Amino acid sequence: MNMLNIKINGQDVSVPAGTTILEAAKSINVHIPTLCYLKDINEIGACRMCLVEIKGGRSLVAACVYPCSEGMEVFTNTPVVRETRKAILELILSNHNRECTTCDRSGVCELQQVSEDLGVREIRYMPNKEEVHTIDALSPSVVRDPSKCILCGRCISVCRDVQGLGALGATNRGFKKAVEPPFEMTLNDVNCINCGQCIINCPVGALKEKDDTARVWEALADPTKHVLVHSAPSVRAGLGEAFGLPVGSLVSGKLAASLRRLGFDRVFDTNFAADLCIMEEGTELIGRVTGGGKLPMITSCSPGWIKYCEMYYPDLLDHLSSCKSPQGMMGAILKSHYAQSQGLDPKDVFVVSIMPCTAKKFEVLRPELSQNGLPDNDVSITSRELARMIKEAGIDFLTLPDEEFDEYYGDYTGAATIFGATGGVMEAAARTAVEVITGKEAENIDYEGVRGVEGIKSADIKAGDLTIKVMVAHGGSNIRKVMDDLRAGKLDDVHFIELMACPGGCVNGGGQPIVSAQDKMNVDIRVERAKALYHEDKDVLGLRKSHENPSIKKLYDEFLEKPNSHKAHELLHTTYTARPKINNK
Amino acid sequence: MVDLISIENLEPLKEIIAQHKEEPGCIMPILQETQGAYGYLPIELQKVIADELNIPLSEVYGIVTFYTQFTLVQKGKYKIGVCMGTACYVRGAQNVLDRVERELKIAVGQTTEDKKFTIEATRCLGACGLAPVMMINEDVYGALTPDKIPGILAKY
Repeated sequence: MNMLNIKINGQDVSVPAGTTILEAAKSINVHIPTLCYLKDINEIGACRMCLVEIKGGRSLVAACVYPCSEGMEVFTNTPVVRETRKAILELILSNHNRECTTCDRSGVCELQQVSEDLGVREIRYMPNKEEVHTIDALSPSVVRDPSKCILCGRCISVCRDVQGLGALGATNRGFKKAVEPPFEMTLNDVNCINCGQCIINCPVGALKEKDDTARVWEALADPTKHVLVHSAPSVRAGLGEAFGLPVGSLVSGKLAASLRRLGFDRVFDTNFAADLCIMEEGTELIGRVTGGGKLPMITSCSPGWIKYCEMYYPDLLDHLSSCKSPQGMMGAILKSHYAQSQGLDPKDVFVVSIMPCTAKKFEVLRPELSQNGLPDNDVSITSRELARMIKEAGIDFLTLPDEEFDEYYGDYTGAATIFGATGGVMEAAARTAVEVITGKEAENIDYEGVRGVEGIKSADIKAGDLTIKVMVAHGGSNIRKVMDDLRAGKLDDVHFIELMACPGGCVNGGGQPIVSAQDKMNVDIRVERAKALYHEDKDVLGLRKSHENPSIKKLYDEFLEKPNSHKAHELLHTTYTARPKINNK
Repeated sequence: MVDLISIENLEPLKEIIAQHKEEPGCIMPILQETQGAYGYLPIELQKVIADELNIPLSEVYGIVTFYTQFTLVQKGKYKIGVCMGTACYVRGAQNVLDRVERELKIAVGQTTEDKKFTIEATRCLGACGLAPVMMINEDVYGALTPDKIPGILAKY
């Protein structure tokens, strides 16, 4: 590799050609502040926080986009650099709604951090924006507060380039420039899939989840309500970060303990429904393969992906598995089987789901995900909202003992827990499908070919004489490539496709704890959080195949009869609706 | 009435798009020609452009709102731009503008009911030697006095 020798603040450093000054500085632990920079996603040099001086240079340059060259001498800490950065930051702050104490992002705000790092103690400039900002809170998932937007463009890049949507964009120019949906519409009326990737990549509090914790507190305080909670796979791989643990900490035990201390009547696990999902979806797949059904079949767990399909590929909806997501299945089972077995009226059962996902908030509102007028789930909150509730309740998360989820609907296998990582649903399905088809125990159940963060993965899964061709994609723009190929008839030989709206799968969902752009330079959160789940699968849980979950077997024996039975269809399967991308009528 | 295309009729738009679709940077000529044909760029037309070019509506809208040459609201066939640059202003442009408003019974930024005229106050048109100046579409009128206005408007 062609190496370049440069000096940063007098220190020699050797970097490969093509390295930016920011990356070179990072490699020798020289900190350069950033705001608009988002590794690989938003590298546009817009905010000017990372300005540095180059010996012999005409003016300061933006370190995040300026490539190193042989013999270059960079200075990151000169009076002119410090003063210029500070002045620019003060200009940004002068137009920022600085209600930090009551802001959603207090403590995890990059603007707050940069302001602290640069030692800003007063703002010499007056605001020049006088317009009244309207908070866009009509989406069930994402709330937009333009008064806090610093126009960095990170949400635009994520939504347009990573997710392939562009629900938000830059509008107008000069002082009127804004980041917003087109035609002054709300996020609820444009092609937003509610994924929340804009939220976890926003440096400030301009984008946040719709906070539903008040409804949970209210239910917990209501003596007439029997309040159940179930928590998705990825929550246990992310929640610890909100309490200072390193990225990739597995906190299943503390998660169960904290939910119990919050006062839920029963603490269950969405992983139970993930195992159930494998039974239903696996059976559906085998049925489609042997019975001449629509192929390839596509997974239906990710509510962001489902809305994507309904808006962009309404002609291909029949490829979707009819299975409800694990969240949907869990709620449906709790309000039917659990309520019956406890002698409870389903009306008095209140089901709360904890999700790494903001799109799940949209999913719970789907009228088709209900029985007898009662929604399967009453409210869905994100990992971040749960962390807030734990703090508000005064629970010291880090010193909690590790506890188990409650039995039956809290029992799960390793196949369920890996649902949170891209490729996980496919691997879980393979573990069961292969054994069902061959009738024999499989030797190897680690399907490395579908793991990892490569955008689009293909694999052949051998089940005796049969070869099942599968594909896995994650992140909207990868999904679009796969779906465009499917529409063009290029995937006719594929049997099964797993699609997840968020890059990396649910572990990197829009409801997960915030990790700053600077920290994302050091660690790939998609990889580290997935490792936590694969670790739980392999080293913690005894059972690793959904069909071996004894409580799932019991549920079929005493209630559902068999996978895809009439009863199962009634409770666990659903339908989809074509919807317009832009709703301007 | 004047001969602008109604936004109900999307065929001419599709022809404009088809003509430019394969060119790099095709969005600008498409927007310019579309506005030329329909008079403005409402959501109905921008949605078609976004779908046909397979780009987000937000991108089309971002471009339309970035450039002052584009408009989201219907404008008249003839756009009157009265220059309010420094030279024109000191030579009495405000009186000229007032007279145009009075003659057409609309204010700056508005369009006459028959969609014939829109009045705009513009920045320097680069013809300061002729101040005060106004343009009606591509025609330039210089050394204006308020009394010359009715005669000029009558030509359209």
